[in-house]
Amino acid sequence: MAHAASQSRPRSRRGPDWFWWAVTAAALLPFALLGVQAWTGSLGVDPVNTVYNLSGRAALVTLLLSLACTPLNTILGWRRALSVRKALGLIAFFYAVVHTANFVGWDYAFDLGLMLNDALLSKPYLLAGSLALGILGVLALTSTRSWMRRLGRSWKRLHRLVYGAGALAVLHFLWQAKVGERWEPLVYAGLLAALLALRLPALRRRLSPQQ
Amino acid sequence: MVKILPSEITPEHLFLNRRQFMAASGALAGALALSACAPGLGGEPASEIGALQPAVTAPLGPEKLPAALAYTEPTASSGQDELGDPLNTFQEITNYNNFYEFSTSKEAVASAAASFQSYPWQVAVTGLVNNPLTLDLDDLYARYTQQEHIFRLRCVEAWSMVIPWVGFPIAELLKEADPQSNAQYVQFVTVYRPEEMPGQRSNILEWPYQEGLRIDEAMNPLAILATGVYGKPLTNQQGAPVRLVVPWKYGFKSIKSVVSIVLTDTLPATTWNTAAPHEYGFYANVNPAVDHPRWSQASERRIGENGRRPTLPFNGYAEEVAALYAGMDLTRSF
Repeated sequence: MAHAASQSRPRSRRGPDWFWWAVTAAALLPFALLGVQAWTGSLGVDPVNTVYNLSGRAALVTLLLSLACTPLNTILGWRRALSVRKALGLIAFFYAVVHTANFVGWDYAFDLGLMLNDALLSKPYLLAGSLALGILGVLALTSTRSWMRRLGRSWKRLHRLVYGAGALAVLHFLWQAKVGERWEPLVYAGLLAALLALRLPALRRRLSPQQ
Repeated sequence: MVKILPSEITPEHLFLNRRQFMAASGALAGALALSACAPGLGGEPASEIGALQPAVTAPLGPEKLPAALAYTEPTASSGQDELGDPLNTFQEITNYNNFYEFSTSKEAVASAAASFQSYPWQVAVTGLVNNPLTLDLDDLYARYTQQEHIFRLRCVEAWSMVIPWVGFPIAELLKEADPQSNAQYVQFVTVYRPEEMPGQRSNILEWPYQEGLRIDEAMNPLAILATGVYGKPLTNQQGAPVRLVVPWKYGFKSIKSVVSIVLTDTLPATTWNTAAPHEYGFYANVNPAVDHPRWSQASERRIGENGRRPTLPFNGYAEEVAALYAGMDLTRSF
C-alpha cells in the first residue's frame, strides 16, 4: 500500500495539472476528428471502415503511450509521465469501445447471429480483439482508487495484464492486415516488445539512473 | 437470376473520343457526340444519342482529356441492377479503389493516380493465337461495340458495389485473335511504369500485376473488357483506359490498366495467388461457403448501406457461370 500511495497520491491530491489536461486532450483528438467528420458527412466512401481504422489505431497508440509512462519514470526519471498513465489507459479502452460499437452497431447492425457465425466464431483476429477488449474492460473497471485498495497487492499483478491486452490488440491488427500492410502492426509489435523489455528488472536496473 | 441485358445505349465516352473533342468547346456531351459524328447536328440533347461509331479526325492530345471529361455528367440507363440493387454513385466508385500500383489506401488511389498517362495506350494479344493483335484505344472503340454492363463488384475484403461499366465481352476480342486449339488459359498483365506508379517502386507485390482466366471463363459473355463507367471513360484509379471485369469473381481478378493478353497452355501465375496462395486461389469465384482467413465471405458490406447483406454464390451470377465449374470441388479450387 505504501508503495502505491507514494506513486500516485502526492500528485493526484493536487488534482489534474495543465500537463494532464494537455495529454488527455491530445489523446482525445482522434475522437474529436471522428466527430467532426461524422457531423460534416466526410467519413469517406466507406464510413464503417474509416471508423474502424481511426478508432483501432487510436486505441493502440494510446495504449502504447500509457505503457510508456512507467519506463519514462523509472529510466528517464520523468515522474510527471505517471500522472497521465491511467488517463491514457482509460482512453485506450474508450477507443476500443468505439471500435467495437462500430463493429456491432454499424457494420453488423446488431445482427447477433450473423456476428457470431460470420465473424466472432470463425475469425481468429476477432477472437484476439475481443479478448483484448475484455482485458481492457476489467482493467478500466478496477482502475479506481477503491478497487486499488480492495485488491491490494494483486491489483498490480492484475494490471500487468495490460501487456497481454496490447499483444492481443497487435495480433488482432496483424491478422487482419493484407500482405503489403503488415509493416504497421509489426511496428506496434516492436514498440510493445521494447516497452515490455524495459519493465524486466534486469534491463531496468542497468538503464536506471544511479539512485 | 434475371438475364443480364446490356443497355442499347451507346456510352457517352465514345463520343468523347479523344480525337474529336475540339469541336466541343463548352457543349454538352450529347452535343459533342453528335457534332463529332454528324457535323451540323450539334446541340442535340444527350438522350438523342444513338449507336454511333466514332469518326477519326484530328488527334486530340491527352492533355485535353480532363477538360473533356468536365463536360460529361455520369449517366446510366438504369438506377439499379437486375436484382433491384441500386447503383453506387460515381463518387463512390471513383474514390474507393484497390489499386496497389498507386496506393494501398483505397481512398488515396484517386489522387495518387491523377497524373497517370492513360493515353496513348496499346493492348497486345499474343501467345497461342493465329492472329496476334496490337490494338490502340481507337481500335478497341471502333472494332467492338461498347455497351453498358451493370455488374455487382464483390471485393475479397467483403465490401461490394454495383457499377454500370461500359465495355465489351472479351470473347469478341479473343475470337478475332483466333486462339489455337491448345490455348487453355488467358493471362492478363497490367502496365509496368514505376515512374508513374509509386506502388511499383516498392515490393509489396510482384510487379507487374498479373491475372488469368481459363479460356472458357474468358469466353463467357459476362467477362468484359471495360473502357468506361457511368458513360464516361474509366478514371485512372479504376484502371484506365481498359481493364478486365469478371463480376462473378472477387475484385482482384478484374485486373486494371491492361497492356498484354496472352493465350497459354499452362495455368498463368497470378499476383495475389503468388503472394498468399492459401488466401487467394486462381479461381477466386465469389463463394460464401469458402471462408477467407480474415474476411467473412458469407456476408458483405454494400458501400452506401448500413449493416450487411448475404453474399450470393458466384456473386449472384450462378445461372450464367456455375456450369463452368461442373464437377469441380470449389472448396479446393477456390
